Amino acid sequence: MTTAQKDPVLVVLQLSGGNDYLNTVIPFTDPLYRDYRPTVAIPEDEVLTISDDLGFHPSMGPVRDMYQKGNVAIIHGVGYENAPRSHFRSMDIWHTCEPDTLGTEGWLGQVIRDIDPNKENVVTGVSFGPSMFRAMALPGVPIATVDDLSNYGLLTGITEQLQRDRILQRYKNLYAQNIGRGAVMEFLGQTGLDALRGADVLSEAPERYSSTVEYSDNTISQKLKGIAQIHLADLGTRIFYSDHGSFDSHSNQLGMHATLWSEVSVAIQDFFDDLREHDAAENVVMFIFSEFGRRTHDNGSGTDHGAAGVTFAIGDRVKGGEYGAYPSTKREDLEQGDLVPSTDFRGVYSTILEDWLGMDAKPIVGGTFEKPKFVEAL
Amino acid sequence: MTDTDIALMAHLMRRAGFGESRRQLEDRVSNGYEATVEELLSPETQTPVDLYDLFRYQPWTWKPGTIQGMGHASWLYRMLNTKAPLQEKMALFWHGVFATGVSKVDHWDEITDLVDMLRENGMGSYREILLEVAKNPAMIYWLDNNENHAHAVNENWGRELLELFSMGVGNYTEDDVRECSRAFTGWTITPKLPRFPMGRFDWFFEYRDEDHDHGEKTFLGQTGDFNGDDIIDIIVQQSATAQFVCRHLYNFFVADEPQVPAWSVTPPRDPEAVNMLANVLVESNYDMRSVLRVLFNSDFFKEARFTRLKSPAEVVISTLRLAGGSEFPAPGLGNLARQTGYMGQDLMNPPSVEGWHTGSEWINSGSLMRRTNFFADLVGEVERPGIEAIISDLKARGDLSPEQLVDGCLDLMGPLDINDDSREELISHATEDGPVQWGKNGLSEKRVGQMLQLIVSLRDYQFA
Repeated sequence: MTTAQKDPVLVVLQLSGGNDYLNTVIPFTDPLYRDYRPTVAIPEDEVLTISDDLGFHPSMGPVRDMYQKGNVAIIHGVGYENAPRSHFRSMDIWHTCEPDTLGTEGWLGQVIRDIDPNKENVVTGVSFGPSMFRAMALPGVPIATVDDLSNYGLLTGITEQLQRDRILQRYKNLYAQNIGRGAVMEFLGQTGLDALRGADVLSEAPERYSSTVEYSDNTISQKLKGIAQIHLADLGTRIFYSDHGSFDSHSNQLGMHATLWSEVSVAIQDFFDDLREHDAAENVVMFIFSEFGRRTHDNGSGTDHGAAGVTFAIGDRVKGGEYGAYPSTKREDLEQGDLVPSTDFRGVYSTILEDWLGMDAKPIVGGTFEKPKFVEAL
Repeated sequence: MTDTDIALMAHLMRRAGFGESRRQLEDRVSNGYEATVEELLSPETQTPVDLYDLFRYQPWTWKPGTIQGMGHASWLYRMLNTKAPLQEKMALFWHGVFATGVSKVDHWDEITDLVDMLRENGMGSYREILLEVAKNPAMIYWLDNNENHAHAVNENWGRELLELFSMGVGNYTEDDVRECSRAFTGWTITPKLPRFPMGRFDWFFEYRDEDHDHGEKTFLGQTGDFNGDDIIDIIVQQSATAQFVCRHLYNFFVADEPQVPAWSVTPPRDPEAVNMLANVLVESNYDMRSVLRVLFNSDFFKEARFTRLKSPAEVVISTLRLAGGSEFPAPGLGNLARQTGYMGQDLMNPPSVEGWHTGSEWINSGSLMRRTNFFADLVGEVERPGIEAIISDLKARGDLSPEQLVDGCLDLMGPLDINDDSREELISHATEDGPVQWGKNGLSEKRVGQMLQLIVSLRDYQFA
């Protein structure tokens, strides 16, 4: 679909493992922060300040630069009631938007279905894996799951073109037969057909790409580079998903957290620089989240699973600044030793869905939630 | 012997092993089903894999350090060459439950030691396995129990022991997690030798009583000065533990269950079967061999044909064993070892302590493509011994009509049960080239290879 106006694109960056909120956006003047964290508290002179009482982790230089240009929204205290503090369950809740029951439909899978109900474009949603994220999963919705963009194709080992074409034709016929085969077979059938189509489309992206930006040689930089290549090839992809980790800093948090945020920050900066160089940044918003924050008290080396976390939105159309209130760190305000969420994650999703993607949020998030207004529509 | 006997034996060997060739299946049918189950349960009766052959040709597989692909290459080699496949399947099973990853542990040798322990004890006492896991240096480091001190409790191990390794969510409280963690204070590892300049050294378990919280603890309704082994004793008294373990067994050997996080809210697809196995587990004092014997001899198992989606490990190993020709530790072993990772199952490096999402969640457009490509590349190599054997069995049947080619290949690749529409499509493909007449420049052999490639591209072939 070509229009003069570009369609909004969402890039989700999942920080897997539970990113430590208190050490990412640091309440450095709060005496309790130092009381609770004798081992992992960041020294005040190392904090990258953004206000009188808050600052970023020392490794987040590039993010602070973007914040000062007004392109970063910090949404405070995001979570939901009765956090289970378990990786799988918490991640499932974020991915399926179902805090109370067991969801199986990914929220972004529903978005892709609504954007492209007739499946005209099988690369509307691209997941930079290698596994697929449940947030994108919805039966019947094709998602291109890419590991290595340069080597993506079916039965590429059959080198004789004629033979390969014959077999791929049979493959198409076989995978289209779905009557009476049950849900799993149908899922496999659909996946196979979509894989075929997607491979043909995506193979063009690296060929068309050229840029002065040199991405770093780590996984998150390479994933964002792949996303940039696909976005710049103008293939109609609207939702990208990727992750980095592990942020599960039970021990040796200081070194581990610093390295992770250094990698992520530089990768994000390179990504947006790349897009801007090609005048393709305006319609892209990046959303960064983690499945939970971590406990207020450290355990002598790191921190254990907590509840409320921080999310970020980054992009030219993002209205930079802080949204929501930093949860109280006072002992009497904690729950099981953890920060209590002040913003429901479904409100944040609602903003993305309605204000950025121009869709109705209610059926996807299951209700009406207060929306922090951190983004401006195109 | 009947086709039914062959089909049943093929099913057993796909589940309890990595599948077998037609000729091997016929031998096993002659021995009998129950005798085969007993042989599978008695790995000590088989000649073990000789790792020294591997180490002589591929020395990096012994202490891999950070050499790409070498980390679990020795396990791949074992699985490729084992004559006791159920033992390897149990190692895979337990590794999926007691999931530790090199991304954090950063020490392949230690995780290999853990998997070796799981292989050795996998069919023994579950209580013993739990205790060995609790003392395993890789696991202690992975779940930070070396940071679990009397004066600063770290709950990582304590939580996962209850949530993922024994009872499952819904069967304990946050207080139990805390008390459990307190009981394991002092279960740590001896100070590690620095990595530079001599490389990675072994880690050793150490119990430090002075770091142990000797206070009274109340765990699952019982009170006392509990230490880690007391906690394990209490855990195996809970019926929830037997249920949880047996549901895992059902998921791994019988049919795909929903993912583990759903287990606290979704009942098993066959609660009677799981209950039955759980009772055997309890009555046998948590002897895994006893449960496995009952499982493989049960009707619900025998009838559960093609109800499990192959894990990447099964995809890679079963295809290599079927095609043959990769048993020798040739160059390229490391690359083979990495294939399961590309399909979503990086052995000894699961995404988290929760292991991998299994069943249909192995499949997405990327992994489906990789699996299909892997299958097709291997079976298309007609000079491989396993493929040659299939071709020569077909030749023995004389010239073949297109239908006979298709049915013959399906028979020798499984036997595989596919639906009529798929079969028609395969026959239509074969008909394009006419009947198969042997002895024409190897062309007919190539045709068999291509038909096999088409067969392994079928959706049905993703199941075991």
